[in-house]
Amino acid sequence: MLTCKEATRMMSEAQDRKLGAGERLKLEMHLSLCRGCRNFRQQMDFLRAACRRLVGRDEPGQD
Amino acid sequence: MIDDSFIAEVRSDMLRFAQLQLRDAALAEDAVQEALLGALSGERSFSGRSALKTWVFSILRNKIVDLIRVQSRTTNVSALGEEGASLDQAFEELFKTNAHWRPDTRPRGWGDPAEALREKGFWDVFEICLNHLPENTARVFMMREFLEFDTTEVCQTLDISVGNCNVILHRARNGLRRCLESSWFAPGEKPC
Repeated sequence: MLTCKEATRMMSEAQDRKLGAGERLKLEMHLSLCRGCRNFRQQMDFLRAACRRLVGRDEPGQD
Repeated sequence: MIDDSFIAEVRSDMLRFAQLQLRDAALAEDAVQEALLGALSGERSFSGRSALKTWVFSILRNKIVDLIRVQSRTTNVSALGEEGASLDQAFEELFKTNAHWRPDTRPRGWGDPAEALREKGFWDVFEICLNHLPENTARVFMMREFLEFDTTEVCQTLDISVGNCNVILHRARNGLRRCLESSWFAPGEKPC
């Protein structure tokens, strides 16, 4: 069973590379039981979205 | 459609973007000016504002990559480890001894974060939080997220290992999310 600390490292790396099947399985198992880490993952996705928006990609439709 | 006020708006976004990454106002100003002139003097026609903005940002991005390549030759790589020490300590303190979240530091739900992206005030906070990261940590994060290097390219450019790169990115992301959580998403500190 992953610890939360390990899960955060994996979730950060998931932003940079495709996790292996074993890693994904362990992570999903952990996330199914851990709200804090589920929130952490959403926050990671949010950071990515904010960065995309800042560099002018993924603009809200306004032509 | 593409009028002076639109250019002024794009220019200010570009300046913010360049300054965050170069941490040098004069250098940023030059890069933005060159990118804008380059984009607007071209023959290219644009189907709309978004297309123009995407185009000037892609020119600016290339300029920043060049400047960073030059700067990185003088980056003190050993400083990458040292400057992260306080962020690492703050990270460790989020957990109990069994490496699970402490109840009071467990990441919270951020409601509908898409709403934050539409608010101007959010971007000021985001900028402050980015500037709050140690310089080289921020550099690695922004190369990855703004310039869209993959981690291998980041490692090669800065001459660090992939493992080190992952550690720095994790540190930066955690630092940023903590800063946003306390400065923007904390309940009760915002009207409505």
